[in-house]
Amino acid sequence: MADKLFKAIGVRNLKGAVKGSEYRKEALISYGILIIGYILLQGGAAAGLIGHNLQGQFVPICVYVSLAISLNLVVGISGELSLGHAGFMAVGAFTGIVVTRVLEGSIAFAPLRLILALIVSAIMASIAGFIIGIPILGLRGDYLAIVTLAFGEIVRNFMNVLYFGLDEKGHLMFAFNHTIDGIDNSQRIITGAIGATGVTKTATFTGAALLTALTLFIVLNLKNSMQGRAIMSIRDNRIAGESIGLNVKKYKLMAFVISAALAGMAGCMFGQNYSTLAPVKFNFNTSVLILVFVVLGGIGNIWGGMIAAALLTVLPEALRQFSDYRMLTYAVVLIVVMICTYNPTIKSRVTAFIDRIKPKKKDKGKAGKKAGKEVA
Amino acid sequence: MTFLNSLISGLSLGSVYAIIALGYTMVYGISKMLNFAHGDVIMVGGYVSFCLTMYVGMNGWIALLIAMVVCTLLGIIIERLAYRPLRGTGSLAVLITAIGVSYFLQNAALLIWGANPRVFTSLFNGMDTMHAAGGQLTITPESLFTIIANIVIMIVLTLFVSRTKAGKAMRAVSEDNGAAQLMGINVNQSISLTFAIGSGLAAVAGVLMCSAYPVLMPTTGAMPGIKAFTAAVFGGIGSIPGAMIGGLILGIIEIFSRAYISTELSDAIVFACLIIVLLVKPTGLLGKKVSEKV
Repeated sequence: MADKLFKAIGVRNLKGAVKGSEYRKEALISYGILIIGYILLQGGAAAGLIGHNLQGQFVPICVYVSLAISLNLVVGISGELSLGHAGFMAVGAFTGIVVTRVLEGSIAFAPLRLILALIVSAIMASIAGFIIGIPILGLRGDYLAIVTLAFGEIVRNFMNVLYFGLDEKGHLMFAFNHTIDGIDNSQRIITGAIGATGVTKTATFTGAALLTALTLFIVLNLKNSMQGRAIMSIRDNRIAGESIGLNVKKYKLMAFVISAALAGMAGCMFGQNYSTLAPVKFNFNTSVLILVFVVLGGIGNIWGGMIAAALLTVLPEALRQFSDYRMLTYAVVLIVVMICTYNPTIKSRVTAFIDRIKPKKKDKGKAGKKAGKEVA
Repeated sequence: MTFLNSLISGLSLGSVYAIIALGYTMVYGISKMLNFAHGDVIMVGGYVSFCLTMYVGMNGWIALLIAMVVCTLLGIIIERLAYRPLRGTGSLAVLITAIGVSYFLQNAALLIWGANPRVFTSLFNGMDTMHAAGGQLTITPESLFTIIANIVIMIVLTLFVSRTKAGKAMRAVSEDNGAAQLMGINVNQSISLTFAIGSGLAAVAGVLMCSAYPVLMPTTGAMPGIKAFTAAVFGGIGSIPGAMIGGLILGIIEIFSRAYISTELSDAIVFACLIIVLLVKPTGLLGKKVSEKV
């Protein structure tokens, strides 16, 4: 009985929760992957082992890893399907571009501009998350997914008709649905469907890696906090959570807004990595791509999502030798991996095979993990 | 007169959405999955019909029939290979697989037919545009036939689902999978049939859509697919009349916002309407409210 109750309020493994050993393990692996990945890539680039094409992917890799972590907060920890993560990314990216451009005259130190842009992006994205989060709370399952999809498309559409520019005095000008008259081409920041042009890049690999570390820090700590356990218990059993007095709406909104803010920051970093950026980049396919990272890495498994994000960002580059067939290969890989990881027959055979070749370890931990996976 | 003209093109676009939405809604009703590859089946239907008329020189209507057969088979194969192994494993895994299938179809089309847009010859090529009210009101044969096709499909499908044995089996499976199996219904067959019907209709929708908007690309099906999916949710996913109403309303909203508000913002307005509807009716216009058991 007690076990069931604990499970219902989100404490999967009572001992683990008290000691925090599960959390420590997860944190260790996640930070470890990040640090080792950073050292390997940085070292490889310094030693000249990594080609120019791949070096250009360093910041996007960090950005997509951050996005996978932040989406995992909604999909894995809060248990809601979101198909509009690119929308928050877009809000962050374009906010960041406008902020850095406005500050360019007054602040010469690029990293400071970047930090300020990240903060403003996080605020804007969390406002967007709050606005879309409120109607979402009344919906369940697939209906929620379609609203997030709609939100992503709405953001992209609005970006298509937004115009920002600077006038002669350096003041920010804004127009909706028409071009700004009397502005020099070089003073245009965002031009509707063409998007942002002439962005001074401020993103660096180190900066992006630090952002990933920050994202990881926030999500892991949230997961291990009282609020995080409340969020997970609502995911596992909403009615049980409600009955022990948890404010379901508050916790769902909390997870959603934090995830949105983190996605906004990642988007800001992404926007700072290119000199031009069109709204088309943030379409439904990008949202889906981030979701694919999360699902392939194992829903709710933070470091799994990180690895999936990094690998799948590099994969299209690595498959370049297949040239025309690379996206087709990508699709086939995706389908086969999904079937192999989720098909009950294949899964049980693989587990049985691993059990046979693996020396027997502590039974308890394994049982706990399995129960967790089934619930998720 | 702009109003009436817009209304007609809205109804025509809405009919295309409704026919596509049927595929989404039936598949969702029976297997509780969001089949994101459905939009790309439309594209395949368009290309098959295009190739048959262009290269083989076939009559457009026969080409349409063959496209329907090809898409029906495609739907059954996709279900058998990609979705059936994952049945009962939670909607997210199937959703991602469906997205994988969608990528696959798009990229296969890219390899076979190339990225260049093809100009589709209308199925109603040679028929005259009708004029009324002193030439101010124009009705293209495309819009007329699309609206008629939609009505016919709706009537036939409703009759099929409510009167025939196979239709009843489909409804039983969507109501309760396990109980239906115990009653001796072949669940696999019912689900395959649903995919077959949905994909066959997708081919019809593809040809009708390409006749009205004659540009054919590997990504042609993606956006109409998403919008038709929105239409299905709008009307209440799982409900056949809901798909029709949702599709028509969505098409009308889209054309009217293009005509009166802004071309660029028409999609945003469509999606905003969806959010508002879901706020008022969380399960769509005609959706069933499922109460939760503790």
